[in-house]
Amino acid sequence: MSQSNLNYIKKDLPTSLQKIGFLLIGIGVIGGAGAFLLNAEQAAFNYLLGFMFLMSIGVGALFLISLEYVAGADWSTPLRRVIEFTASITPFLIILAIPILLNMHTLFHWSHTEVVESDKILKEKAPYLNQTFFFIRVAIVFALWTLFYFLLTRNSRKQDISKDQNLTRVNIRLSAVFIPLFAITASIASIDWMMSLEPHWFSTIFGVYFFSGSVLSALAVITYATVKLREGGYLHPRMVKDHYYSLGSLLFVFVNFWGYIAFSQYMLIWYANLPEETFWFLARWQGSWIYISLALIFVHFIVPYSILLSQPAKMDAKKLKFASLWILFAHLLDLYWLILPTFKGESTLLNFVLGLSFPVAAVGGIILLFYFNSKKTNMVPVGDPKLERGLNFRL
Amino acid sequence: MEQNKKVFGIAALYDSPNAIIKAAKTVTDKGYKNFDVHSPYPVHGMDKAMKLPPSKLGFVTLAFGLSGAAIALLFMYWTMTIDYPMIIGGKPFFSLPAFIPVTFELTVLLATLSTVIGMVTFFFYFPNNSHPIHDTNYMKSVSIDKFGLCIEADDEKFNEEEINKLFTDLGAIKIEKIFFPDKLNVKILEPKFIGLLLIVAAFVSVSTYLHLNKVLYLVPFNWMMDQGRLDVQSSSELFGDKFGMRNPVKGTVARGFMPYEYQGVNEPTSPLSNPYLPTKENLSLGEKKYNSFCSPCHGNLGDGDSRLRGQFPLPPSLHSSKSRDWLDGNLYHVIVNGQNVMPSYSSQLSREERWAIVNYIRVLQRAKNASEADIQEIKKEPVTNVSE
Repeated sequence: MSQSNLNYIKKDLPTSLQKIGFLLIGIGVIGGAGAFLLNAEQAAFNYLLGFMFLMSIGVGALFLISLEYVAGADWSTPLRRVIEFTASITPFLIILAIPILLNMHTLFHWSHTEVVESDKILKEKAPYLNQTFFFIRVAIVFALWTLFYFLLTRNSRKQDISKDQNLTRVNIRLSAVFIPLFAITASIASIDWMMSLEPHWFSTIFGVYFFSGSVLSALAVITYATVKLREGGYLHPRMVKDHYYSLGSLLFVFVNFWGYIAFSQYMLIWYANLPEETFWFLARWQGSWIYISLALIFVHFIVPYSILLSQPAKMDAKKLKFASLWILFAHLLDLYWLILPTFKGESTLLNFVLGLSFPVAAVGGIILLFYFNSKKTNMVPVGDPKLERGLNFRL
Repeated sequence: MEQNKKVFGIAALYDSPNAIIKAAKTVTDKGYKNFDVHSPYPVHGMDKAMKLPPSKLGFVTLAFGLSGAAIALLFMYWTMTIDYPMIIGGKPFFSLPAFIPVTFELTVLLATLSTVIGMVTFFFYFPNNSHPIHDTNYMKSVSIDKFGLCIEADDEKFNEEEINKLFTDLGAIKIEKIFFPDKLNVKILEPKFIGLLLIVAAFVSVSTYLHLNKVLYLVPFNWMMDQGRLDVQSSSELFGDKFGMRNPVKGTVARGFMPYEYQGVNEPTSPLSNPYLPTKENLSLGEKKYNSFCSPCHGNLGDGDSRLRGQFPLPPSLHSSKSRDWLDGNLYHVIVNGQNVMPSYSSQLSREERWAIVNYIRVLQRAKNASEADIQEIKKEPVTNVSE
């Protein structure tokens, strides 16, 4: 173990990264403020889009950390810090949610009590879809995610110094508790933030749909960051293409998984042809939405599938970087397709462009999180007992 | 005896995965080409140590997977839109979403089957399923807890002494010489094996047949020919007279039917009063029925100008003072019972329709004998139905 520690020399990320991060956030904040001034309703939807983008990546990464512990995987140990940095989005979610909670009545049709009173279906759903319970759920879900993020990463960081193997065992137990909790909370979050935008609609697979996109986008961020950092020499020099291959395989698997779930959701609703379910897809089949619906099949499934299909492609740094950026764009498109059709108002090109400032700010935020986290901690979990085996991982 | 046999190769056993990786690397570096490594589980890094090129099997899988997708789509396209087009669930004949599960299944099926069959055919030299290293102590060890490396005799650099020395230097715990069997032993073609297959086939067929046709036998659905009710004209043991067809009980009135008190009576003692108001709906029903049933003899406007051109005696005009002074009940009575040559219309017209006709006749009568007040009122109304 001591040998592998010697090989790793901690290197700080360049300060230019900090500048880029702040610049992107600045653009995002100014553009976002403009969007809210110009059309507060549309801006609220676009903000939700940026928020869901961050939430899905953060909680997906948190899931991947706990998956590594529970599965006893060692190939991902050398890059676990990258996953932890990505998951560090989670504590900020509760603050970022505040603008949405302030704009609740604009976004969520069911939050108007007088509307619910006159609507038979919403009245039936009111025991779940009411403001008080919504706030309680938001508080519990974010508190749980934040708690597990701090526990898991605290133990991991402590291990860097103490080299205490027992901490790994503690984290395995924590992860085993977290995974079922994650299944429930991720479903709740997806239903609360996105499915309830159309409160009359329901899809029992929606939680899984969110999960597939969430883990896929988290993996895309992790893959891009890992390849980029490894090339810059910030990660362990003994990390090789075999580690890339595992990341590429996981990306490929989740591209397939997303396609499978998305198709399952569509096919069942299409086949049953029940009006209370089909209207959701019909809204996405009208006007220019049809192009986005069709583009999603290619952008989110066929293109990344084709890029990542062959074995050499899964190890190729260039292709992996391209594929992960592509997948992140596809994930944004997917969220846009999920959220924005609910916005029924008039939209202009300026509004659309200003709406993009929220995802831009989100990207800036992720860059800054990487920068500040890397200052505090090692980029490789040097005290982890699985690190040596992880570095020796070969296909 | 062993001397007569042809040598297949020399195999060595090692204790740990690290030792076998080192051995594989050294053997590769020494320039041996025809050798193989056997281990109880996949050893990470072995492909690289042996300098194996990427497997070509993936291309077989891809080709068959794609043809599986194409076959499934074409097959469903042909059956569902050309050979036997059928509307299912109101969907179009060629409805892609419904075909995707089948396409997916067939893609996976052909891809996996072709991978296995390709592997058996190209790498195991089908039908030879027995490799010389099967049934050796070497094979037994490497399938439990040892790691083995075997250099084959057809390698260009094959030299027994050198290889023995190399293996020992690399820390082999056991070295074994492996021979080809005396004769080519194709176990798939052995009578015992074929006999077993035949027995299994026979057993499966017979048990399936018995299971489906005896144990789980259900009487086939008889297309609704057997029903519990009595058929027309059939007898019944339930009734004293054994008639299956029964009359309704005396005094029964059918649902929605109102009996007429003066049915068959010449003059009603007190004519009924009209229960229907001359609403627009009622009048248009009356007009429709009057034109169908009454107008052939009475004329479209009730003038008694028959369209029958003398083939039937002309009826009296409905505008005579007699019929105008009649009560609604009298007109109704005539429709139900008939009068002189006019037959009864009770079977053709329902109660409501008869009263509607009475109302319509009143309209015709008023129109033919309009008072000055009526004319003034009509003039005030906006002209709408000029064309009619």
